[in-house]
Amino acid sequence: MGRYLLRRLLIAVPSLLGISVVLFTVLALAPGDPFGDLASNPAVPPEVRLALRAKFGMDDPVLVRYFHWLVAMLHGDWGFSFVSRVDVDTLIWQRLPATLFVVGTSQILALLIALPVGVMSATRPYSLFDQIANTFAFIGFSLPTFFTGLLFILLFSIELDWLPFVYRSDLAATGWRWYWEEFRQAIMPIAVLGMFQGASWTRYVRSAVLDVIRLDYVSTARAKGLREGKVVVKHVLRNALIPVVTLVALQMPAVFGGAIITEQIFRVPGIGSLLISSILANDTPVIMAVTFVFACLVILFNLIADILYGWLDPRIAYR
Amino acid sequence: MAGSTPASLTADAGGAREGLAPQISPALDAWRRFRRHRLAVASAIVLLVMALAVVLGPTLWPVSINDIDFGARLQGPSAAHPFGTDDLGQDLLARMLYGGRISLAVGLAAMVVSLVVGTLIGAIAGTARGSIDAGLMWLTDLFLSLPQLPLLLLIIYLFRDALKGLVGPEGGVFILVVAVIGGFRWMPVARLVRAQFLSLREKEFVEAARALGATTTRLVLRHILPNALGPVIVAGTINVADAIIAESTLSFLGLGFPPDIPTWGRLLFDAKDYLDIAPHWALIAGAAIFLAVLAINFIGDGLRDVLDPRRVM
Amino acid sequence: MDEKELRALIAQVKEGALSRRDFVRRMVALGLTAPMAGLMLNYSGVAWAQPAPDWKPTKAGGGGPLKMLWWQAPTLLNPHFAVGTKDQDASRLFYEPLAGWDADGNLVPFLAAEIPSPENGSVAADGTSVTWKLKQGVKWHDGTPFTADDCIFNWEYAADPATAAYDIATYKDVKVEKIDDHTIKVVFSKPTPFWPDAFVGVRGMIIPKHLFEPYKGGKSREAPTNLKPVGTGPYKFVDFKPGDLVRGEINKDYHIPNRPYFDSVEMKGGGDAISAARAVLQTGEYDFAWNLQVEDEILKRMENGGKGRVTIIETGNIEHIQLNTTDPWTEVDGERSSLKTKHPTLSDKAVRDALNLLVDRGSVQKYIYGRTGVATANFLNNPARFRSKNTHWELNIEKANQILDAAGWKRGSDGIRAKDGKKLKYVYQTSINEPRQKTQAIVKQACQKAGIDIEIKSITASVFFSSDAGNPDTYPHFYTDLQMYTTTMTEPDPAIFMIQFASWEAASKANKWSGRNITRWRNDEYDKTYKAAEGELDPVKRAALFIKMNDLVIENVVVIPVVYRPNVRGIEKKLKVYLSGWDSDMYQIADWHREA
Repeated sequence: MGRYLLRRLLIAVPSLLGISVVLFTVLALAPGDPFGDLASNPAVPPEVRLALRAKFGMDDPVLVRYFHWLVAMLHGDWGFSFVSRVDVDTLIWQRLPATLFVVGTSQILALLIALPVGVMSATRPYSLFDQIANTFAFIGFSLPTFFTGLLFILLFSIELDWLPFVYRSDLAATGWRWYWEEFRQAIMPIAVLGMFQGASWTRYVRSAVLDVIRLDYVSTARAKGLREGKVVVKHVLRNALIPVVTLVALQMPAVFGGAIITEQIFRVPGIGSLLISSILANDTPVIMAVTFVFACLVILFNLIADILYGWLDPRIAYR
Repeated sequence: MAGSTPASLTADAGGAREGLAPQISPALDAWRRFRRHRLAVASAIVLLVMALAVVLGPTLWPVSINDIDFGARLQGPSAAHPFGTDDLGQDLLARMLYGGRISLAVGLAAMVVSLVVGTLIGAIAGTARGSIDAGLMWLTDLFLSLPQLPLLLLIIYLFRDALKGLVGPEGGVFILVVAVIGGFRWMPVARLVRAQFLSLREKEFVEAARALGATTTRLVLRHILPNALGPVIVAGTINVADAIIAESTLSFLGLGFPPDIPTWGRLLFDAKDYLDIAPHWALIAGAAIFLAVLAINFIGDGLRDVLDPRRVM
Repeated sequence: MDEKELRALIAQVKEGALSRRDFVRRMVALGLTAPMAGLMLNYSGVAWAQPAPDWKPTKAGGGGPLKMLWWQAPTLLNPHFAVGTKDQDASRLFYEPLAGWDADGNLVPFLAAEIPSPENGSVAADGTSVTWKLKQGVKWHDGTPFTADDCIFNWEYAADPATAAYDIATYKDVKVEKIDDHTIKVVFSKPTPFWPDAFVGVRGMIIPKHLFEPYKGGKSREAPTNLKPVGTGPYKFVDFKPGDLVRGEINKDYHIPNRPYFDSVEMKGGGDAISAARAVLQTGEYDFAWNLQVEDEILKRMENGGKGRVTIIETGNIEHIQLNTTDPWTEVDGERSSLKTKHPTLSDKAVRDALNLLVDRGSVQKYIYGRTGVATANFLNNPARFRSKNTHWELNIEKANQILDAAGWKRGSDGIRAKDGKKLKYVYQTSINEPRQKTQAIVKQACQKAGIDIEIKSITASVFFSSDAGNPDTYPHFYTDLQMYTTTMTEPDPAIFMIQFASWEAASKANKWSGRNITRWRNDEYDKTYKAAEGELDPVKRAALFIKMNDLVIENVVVIPVVYRPNVRGIEKKLKVYLSGWDSDMYQIADWHREA
């Protein structure tokens, strides 16, 4: 196990390097110019743009820029935003709390919906409960978040006037009132994201449990006279968790990466909105930093998933 | 515990079938089993009707999709406009029928691409392990970490005109859209399939088949893959919905079909700002996507039952 | 309208027969700017109007928080780097210029004690210098007094190419001399007709010397005050999260007594225009929303909620369709739309005239833009039409068909007109933006009826408006037959705007498509008139030259104007605001207050 972990971690280093090369190349080749605003403004002479490009080293060959970036990254320098003219890590740290809170909570909510509903649906397939749960799940992932988000705003903010729909990172309140305000402003984005994720996870859980529930050993366990609840929890769930672990591991990096559309709708100042505004402004250092951290998390959680498989099903050997 | 059953039921059922009814071909047998799944049959019919409607519809309902009529803006369903009109007074039924061709085709094709690529990579990684597994998982991780928007812009920039020249504007865009949507959605499938493989390949019935001398290919195709299909089918239905919506976001980037082609995702997006005065607009587009997703899911469920005889209905 | 007519109008203003505001409006409709009109009046001896804001509060503060929404978030707070409107607006909460432009083209003093004028000689008669008197007793937020040295420093800072300030053009060709602690003289390198540029308006905001001095030139990006502004404005800096939020609190020592009214200001960014409108008009969560580019029908419905209203501010922004004068489909020396080519069909004036008749501006205004886009026939107006109140665009498919028939364009079997094997098939591109796609649909339908085939193309705005020399989809490349976007005329001096039809500015591969002339239209008479205007010191004569240039553009159908687009802002019902289309939205934030 220890050796396996060490080997995987060693592989991760060249993997990340490879990914960083590809990311950097894509961003360097993608069309767009961070100083486009300067070019389309008739009052700005072209020299200013050229000077800025030179200052930020944008006219160097891609390879040179990549090595500059890599060396800086190894020294802990994440880069310097062209657009905001601040260090990229400052920007990311400012955005991280909101993303972790909103997206993280929504993923927990999704699991809290998906696990019980999925298991219950699968233990009684094609029952009334199963049918209703399925219908909601299908509606859930047929409707995109831009749509459900708007529906929520129209209903809870405009019709009923219960909840605010502009998320503020600097609530004026203190103490309990702060928690209450935070809860009120976060509930809609969390619900929109959580329900969308929950809907598809419910389907996966249901299918995974269905796959296992009729396997021979489950019938054997039942035949041995174990109580149904115990059968489900002890024998079924553990095996059915493999796909669930896979999906959760796939989704975990997004807790850092944020949710672009939902953050946009509710003005949550998260990493997702930072990423999209940087992409639209062609602020490559920020895009590179965010996607690189994201890539690290993808690899990390893939590794964690692999280790969890072994724990869930001891027959999967570490090789 | 489970080790008490020496061979899997799959093998048993297969053997029994051959013994009892040697004259029935496997295809016919599969059809019989599919037919028993009533929801699946109903769904297949619904999907077929939808497909026929979008293919033949424009001839049966010969209303132009972009006839602007400001006198009839945002009207609810009526005899003249069974689905109502949008904010330029264009007939929504005609638009739904026309756009449905693209939405259904893109949705299905992208789903197939993502499932085939994902299953293939997941299956190879799960079977081969070692350095092939590591390499394929690296590829998966890479695709998961690529920022989609800049990459899409790069793809448009690099390939749009080349493909347009090669297969004509419509076909070029279609191939590009399907490739992009499918190409960005196979990773979860690959990871799921691989995880299933890792677990299934150690199961008793697989070991038994291996002991009986089955080749790796047969092992994978006959024993492991059918049991790993559950999450694949779920992923398939989710990917259809996803692809239909994603197509509309692509057209915002200038990668999809021109913005005056009313695909379902696009209609839903355009409708959202009029949700409070013309709810029919959004409702119709949303319902069409929902219905397609629902039908595809039940067909998927039916197919799995066909492939996996252990399932009890 | 020639010089004589202009002078007659000015005489009417002097006599009081024509209001200042009406005069300015007419000049704007002629394609001039309000500041240019103001300058014309000032030169002709009409004093700057000093509008007194109707100010009810009796003391500073006590107004609670002022909450504002920008759907593009501010990303930096140094006015010399603030290219985007959002950044200029955010900087303006804390920094002030010597003077700003109000909606009627008046120069309003902020850090200046008075506005220079030709009469008292502070504007030199030969156009080579202008002398500003600075307001005394003004303090920076940290208590340091504001003096002439700060102005000198700003000039040095912005003019230094190593600083890479976006407003370098304003400062690099002038010299600023200190006369005394509260007087400066701006000396121009050549006679300059438009003198209120340096230290005025958006590009005139002044940063403190004592905090920025170590960070001049190459080190400019290291200044901590880039993110924590210390200015002279009505609000003091509290907090800034780039791309999200700017907060300020009342400056108790503000140099105008009893100002400002609000105890704190907040500028929240992000989201989209429609939901920003909702937050002000429907729920009242916010007091002010910037740039509501939303279909008017939706805005009207939201206003019915009664929480807020929409304000329209006049500007000179025109949404227009450009007609390519070169051939976008033939590659010459590695570039399409090369100056060496001529468009095969659009070069026929009949085709251009027909297209002009096929743009249904009425429907575009009525059903898409409403109050936020007024149908116009004028890119920069046509004098003959100007006298009548009627706008003279028309949608006339029949007439368009006649013109094309007469010019020999015959319909083929596919319904598309052709002559000598050249078909009237065009690609029409624009940025991705809902009203634009609807406008495209309306134009496409009308053209279809006249036998012209239009293929619609839309490009994501971040690419279309970029300056990437390698990407053929940007608007300066103009690799299609037609394209549509809005030219904004926020520059006070019309010369900057008019350069876009000068032949030497034609965009091409040679200048990496950084030339301003996108249509590549070349006309000797236009060039001559532009050069004449460059050195003309009498603003009235200069205005007449600009108007002549406008006529040339319109007569030749180089562009087809669609709608004129004023600025649209959402405002909470009781909020009293002062906005100008010729300066930052925040230019007079000190006077904003809530009515009882």
